[in-house]
Formats: sequence, C-alpha cells, structure tokens
Amino acid sequence: MPQAERRERILDGILQESIRETHKMKFAVKAWSKSGRARVGLLQLSTTSSSFAQGGPPAKEIEIETPALLLTTRKGLPAFISPDHLSSLPNPDSRLLQFSPMHFMEGPNSKTISAIGGVHQLLGLHEYGFVAVPRDSILSLPECNSSNKNGASFETPCGRFLVKPVEYMKMISSMKPDLWVSLADEVHASVTTKRNKASVDRTIKWLDDCISLKSTDGALFGSIVGGCSIEERQRCAQEVAKRNVSGFYIGGFGLGDSVDERATLLHAVTDLLPKEKPRHVCGLGLPEEVLQGIAAGIDLFDSTYIYHLTLGGFALVFPLDGKCKHVSDPGISAMASDGTKINLKATIYRKDASRIVDGCICYTCQNHTKAYINHLLNVHEMLAHILLEIHNTHHYLSFFGVIREAITEGRFEELRESFIEKRRDHLLAACELETPVRLRA
Amino acid sequence: MMALRFEVLGRFNRARAARLTLPHFTCHTPLFMPVGTQGTIKGLTTPQLEEIGCQIILGNTYHLALRPTSELIDEFGGLHNFMNWPRALLTDSGGFQMVSLLHLADITEEGVTFQSPVDGKPMLLTPEESIQIQNRIGADIIMALDDVVKTTITGPRIEEAMHRTLRWIDRCIAAHKRPNEQNLFGIVQGGLDPVLRDICVQGLVERNLPGYAIGGLAGGEDKDSFWRVVAQCTASLPESKPRYVMGVGYPLDIVVCSALGADMYDCVYPTRTARFGTALVPEGVLKLKHQSMAEDTRPIDSTCECMVCKKYTRAYLHCLVTKDAMGSQLLSYHNLHYMLQLSRNLHSSIIEGTFPEFVCNFLRKMFPKGDVPEWVCNAMEVAGIDISSCSTSTPVNSNKD
Ligand SMILES: [Zn+2]
Ligand SMILES: [Zn+2]
Repeated sequence: MPQAERRERILDGILQESIRETHKMKFAVKAWSKSGRARVGLLQLSTTSSSFAQGGPPAKEIEIETPALLLTTRKGLPAFISPDHLSSLPNPDSRLLQFSPMHFMEGPNSKTISAIGGVHQLLGLHEYGFVAVPRDSILSLPECNSSNKNGASFETPCGRFLVKPVEYMKMISSMKPDLWVSLADEVHASVTTKRNKASVDRTIKWLDDCISLKSTDGALFGSIVGGCSIEERQRCAQEVAKRNVSGFYIGGFGLGDSVDERATLLHAVTDLLPKEKPRHVCGLGLPEEVLQGIAAGIDLFDSTYIYHLTLGGFALVFPLDGKCKHVSDPGISAMASDGTKINLKATIYRKDASRIVDGCICYTCQNHTKAYINHLLNVHEMLAHILLEIHNTHHYLSFFGVIREAITEGRFEELRESFIEKRRDHLLAACELETPVRLRA
Repeated sequence: MMALRFEVLGRFNRARAARLTLPHFTCHTPLFMPVGTQGTIKGLTTPQLEEIGCQIILGNTYHLALRPTSELIDEFGGLHNFMNWPRALLTDSGGFQMVSLLHLADITEEGVTFQSPVDGKPMLLTPEESIQIQNRIGADIIMALDDVVKTTITGPRIEEAMHRTLRWIDRCIAAHKRPNEQNLFGIVQGGLDPVLRDICVQGLVERNLPGYAIGGLAGGEDKDSFWRVVAQCTASLPESKPRYVMGVGYPLDIVVCSALGADMYDCVYPTRTARFGTALVPEGVLKLKHQSMAEDTRPIDSTCECMVCKKYTRAYLHCLVTKDAMGSQLLSYHNLHYMLQLSRNLHSSIIEGTFPEFVCNFLRKMFPKGDVPEWVCNAMEVAGIDISSCSTSTPVNSNKD
C-alpha cells in the first residue's frame, strides 16, 4: 500500500531528522473590567517548523482569547473525548491542552518522546497548543511531605516520584510544549510557617535552575507559591516577576486552603505582577471560583472541574445568555439539580426525551437525549462519559466566552454578582430540603 | 413476508458477495456486526461507527429488556431512535444470554425459565415473548428463540433441542407482529450431528424465512467440527437468502466461513480484546501491553488507514491501554476498523474475482512460515480455494462426501 509506505517514511523521517521548531508566544491585554483587575486578553502561539517540507508538522498559529479554559488531559488527550471529536468543540477556544509531564513517568521515555517529535507529534495534534504543568489535581498531585530541597514529589497512579529540576527539564525539552510551568514546591495549607517559607525559597531556586537548564524555546511560566501567607505570596511574586519569564503560574490553591481568604491571596499576588504577562492558576475550578480568579486578574484555568462533573454523571445547564437566571424548575428536585448542573443518574431523566440544554450546539445535545445518557450511566457504559465530557467542556468554554464578553462590555461585576447570588439562593433552598448537592467534599 | 432484499453480486465457488437491503440500511456482505450489548458499542460514538463503515449493530435483547426495558425503547420510537443509530440493527432472542449468563436457567417446552436478576423471582421467556420484546425494540433483523445447547454436549438432548427449535419457530412466526418492517431469522440447531442439522435446515427452509442463522457454534467445539457444520448448512440453505453464523468470530474464522458461503458474523472479540490491550493486525494480534511496545515508534499496523494508526505510535498506546478509558476507545476503534475492512476486502475480492489471491495473502501474513492449520486447509479444499502457494500442509479430507 503506497500510502502506508509513505506514512512509514514520514515517521522515519521524523525520527532521523531532529525537528527544528521555533515556538513564539505573544500576549496582549485588550480590555479591563471596571474594578481594574479582570481583563480580556489575546494569547497567540505560533510554531514555525523547518521540517515541514520533509513531512514534519506544519507551521501553526493559535489565537486564544483570555480568560480561557485549558482542557485538562490524561497523557495529552481529554479523559474521554477522542481526537476526532475534539475538533467539534468550539474553535479556537478548545485549542489549548494542558498535561503533566508526570503522566509519562511510566513511559514512553524522554528519548522516545523526543524521537517521535514531542507532544504534538505524539498526540497527532499539531493544531493545538500544549501547556505543561507538573501538577494537575487528578493524576499528578504534589506530595509536599516527600518533597525536599532537591526536588518536588508527586503522587501519581504509577507511584510517588521525586522530580529534580534537571530531570524535569529533560522531560520538557523532549516534549516540546508550547508553554511550560517551572517546577514548584506546592504545599498543603496546613504546613508550618517554616515549611511554607522553604517552599517559596525552593520554588524560586528551581525557577533559576529551569532557566539555566532551558534548552527549549517554549514559553516559560514562572511558578508562584506561598500558601496562605500574604507575605510569602508577595515575596514569591516579586522574585519571580524579576526573572526572565513569559508568564506566571499561581500554584498552591485547592490544597486545603479556605475559599474565603483566596481573594486576598490572589490579589496580593496579581497586584505585584506586570500587567502585560499572562497568569495561569491551578486549583480553581467551580464556576464561582473561576469568577473569583478572573476578578483577581487570572487569565488561564484548567478544566479539572469538568472531569469531576463528568465522572459523577453531572451535566452543566446554567444559562449562557449572560443574565444567569438559574434553572428553577419546581419539577426538578434538589437531588437532581443545584441550579447550575443536573445529575443525569437521577430517575426523573429515565424517560426524558429532551436535550441536556435546549439549543446547545454541542455534539451530545445535537444527537442524544437525557434518557439515553441516563440509561448509559445506569449500565455503566463509557459512552455516557464521552457524551458528558463533550457537553460539559462545550458548556464551560461557552461560559468563558460569556465572561469575556461581559468584561469587554463593562458588566463583569454584575455578571459575577448575579451568578453567585442565584447560586447562593439555590444552595440555601437545597439546604432547607436537607439534600445538599455537593460535588466535592 | 419479508422486509429485505438479498442480491448476490458476485461469486467465487461457494463464496458470495451480496447487497442486503434492510429497512434502515443497504449493506454489503460478507459483513461483520459489532456487538452493542446495551444500546452502545463500548467507547465509540455513532458517527465513529459510520466513519469506520459499520453497517449493522447487534443489540442484546436480554440486556435491553432489563435496562432500559423494551417498553421504554418503544416509547422512544425503537432502538434506532433511542441510541440515534441511522443504520441497521439486529437483536438476538435473549435465550442464549440467559442460558449463558444465568446459572439457574432451565428450558421447558413453554420457554426458558430463569431467576430474575432484579428480584430473584422465577421468570419465563417464551418464543412469543421474545418476539414481542424484539418487535418493541424494532431492529431490522430479529432472531427466533431457539433451544441452545452447548456443542460439546452429545446424546438425546441435542436432538430434543433441535426439534424444539423447529416447534418454537412456528410460535415465533405466529407471534411476529411487524413482518413488513422486521425480518425474522430462523436458527439452525443440531449440534455437530449432520443428520440433525439437515433435518433442522429442511424444516426451517420450508417456513420460507427472510434469512437463516447457523447457531450453536463458537462454543468450544473443535475447529474441524466447526467448519464442517458451517459447510454443511451453507450447502443446503437457499442461495437467495442471507446466512448468518452466530457468535463468529476471529478474523480467520470469518475468512473461512465466507469461503464456505456464509454472509454475516457477530462477535464481541474485537472490542473485548481491545479492553485488554490487544490489537488485531494482519499478522494476528499485537499485545500493546507488552514491554517491547513501550518505546516502539511505529503505528499498530502500517497498512491500516484508520484514525488511530494515522495518529498514534505503539509507544503511546502502550501507556494508555488497560489504564485509561482512552486506551480502550482508541483500540476498539482500530479493532473494529480492522474487522470492517476485512469484510469490505472479502466483498470486493469476490466481486473482482480475486478472492483466492485475497485468501492466500491473508493466510501468508497470518502464517508466514506456511503453517496454516489443518482445519483451514481442509475447509479451503471444500471451498475450492487453492492455498498451496501459502501453505506447507496438505488437506486431509478423508470423511468428505
Ligand atoms: Zn450540549
Ligand atoms: Zn488502525
């Protein structure tokens, strides 16, 4: 078969000839909210490749408006959405994929990934931007008690690993992500002041190590930690901001910290960062957490929340017209819905021939009923998760679109307030019924 | 009464390539039907199934009747609408699933009695009820309830089952309420006994059904017995009707049965083996879990045109399989593509008159040393396919005629 032979030759060509790719990242803020922190920006990624003529990856240009949702992946692909369905998600909004180099601890090894040509070639997704973040809140969790001055420890499904900056940089240079985050010592909120201070010192030192070991031209985001201490957060932000980085990664959230003090901590950090560089956060996922992060000037979020929703059989249903009237159908019990999402496992959907969201243009809503998804969940079929991940990702990407529009039109604060108020009402109602729907403990 | 058209487009000796026009889709045979037990093929969406050329999906009546129930499927306008599958569907009778899945199933003249997996109460599935449930599910092809006996069993029980299957077919025909929209296939039983198989074939052919299935195989019998039953049945079933070998099978079985004149197959093997990390390739199977795959930068099969082989290396799939849902999704996609491509190749080589070359190439890749199993050589001798160019063994058809 000539076509197959050609592909073999292409793969060989890729193996023999090391690809010379040049990654460039540009970022510009386009609009600010009234309060002056939330912003809409444009993130541009471009790759030029010297090997295109030999069958290597083509040059690409990705333009993503921020605030943006990065799709959380397992080993570079969404948990359930296969590459052919990935392209049906809103474009270009869905074109940034986040992965952790720790996902590949059990292989393929760096040499093989490098020989294949990096993550874009490994995943067959050349038109996508890949963002490498050591921690992902699902498969790669910081294990601060085992981290030491030499490296950061991560708990993964294939065991616990201590990763030193030099090893981390080896992974990054073989994977060739478009953006990557420096190795950080992320600690739990309960650690001592001394341990928290050490985490800041280490994170800054490791950033310097990463910079000096840097052999790839992907954009580097410097990690900022500091736990629940405003002083340490500020010290870390100031030190990182002095370095030659393209953007910032704010870590250490979602690790036992309280939601109430988060705004103060976020503001303490973002107020010290140069406005012209993008900011990525880990550990904020719920809609109200995203709104809080955006209000503090965060530009990039991951979609861990979508993964948890999907596994639990939940579908997002909150309106996307920017007005945020929550679903208040008296026929839907608090068990099945909390106003923003519904639990499709609930028996009330057994015969429900309607779509998850009327008018939603995602693949799932265009093709399947709630009753079918309810059946798939009941019989533990994988297609349930595929369909839910598609809809939820689509819906959350659209939510980010609504937020960007609100910032641009100067009504972000109203959007946030009305969203949180409606949600509070609903949670109160649910509490009164003594059937609170909590997704996460 | 029938709701299908079967037109033979090409032949090579006993092998045939046909156009099978069903209410929801015009299929080409030989064809492979992926098994979608609970109204979905594990891990694949319906556009993906269309993309890889799936023509018919098989649904399991027993599972669907339990959840979501045939009444609910009926309310949604049938299984096609419920699962949003525009092409053809086939449902089994439910009997086989009960006998194989439930320990306490017992067969009487009335039907199959079993303990309800829901509340433990004794239940009865009669031929009438099986057809009624399948009428509600609404597949293009429905199967008669038969008395299933393991092929490894011998003696009077086999004979009893065969005669009961013939008695039940009349009850099935009488109970069938939608003969203009659904095709009822009869199932040939009779174990490994040629006399019993013959009586059953004749009995079913007299009923002039839209199609016939060869049942009771793929149950652990030896391969030589297996192909001989298929060869006997295909030789005496009418030329103008589709022939379906139930529960078959492996790629090699499908090639052999097609050479012997069978048209339709179903098997859970491609998707089940995918979940354990095994890929189907022309050489046989590729165990992606194996350590040798960990740093292998080649695709699963460099001759495969599927999305997975175009995009992914064995090294990447090695780290996914048996760990991540995506591993079984991608491998199921490739494995079903392999089976469907095999069906297409069988069809086109029969049409183009290159069937023997196709069979020889297939065998040469699977048995590069020429060690083609004896049962295959024997079957090919009967099928009139000369495989001497790729096989070092000689057929031994001592008990032919
Ligand atoms: Zn949708
Ligand atoms: Zn393939």
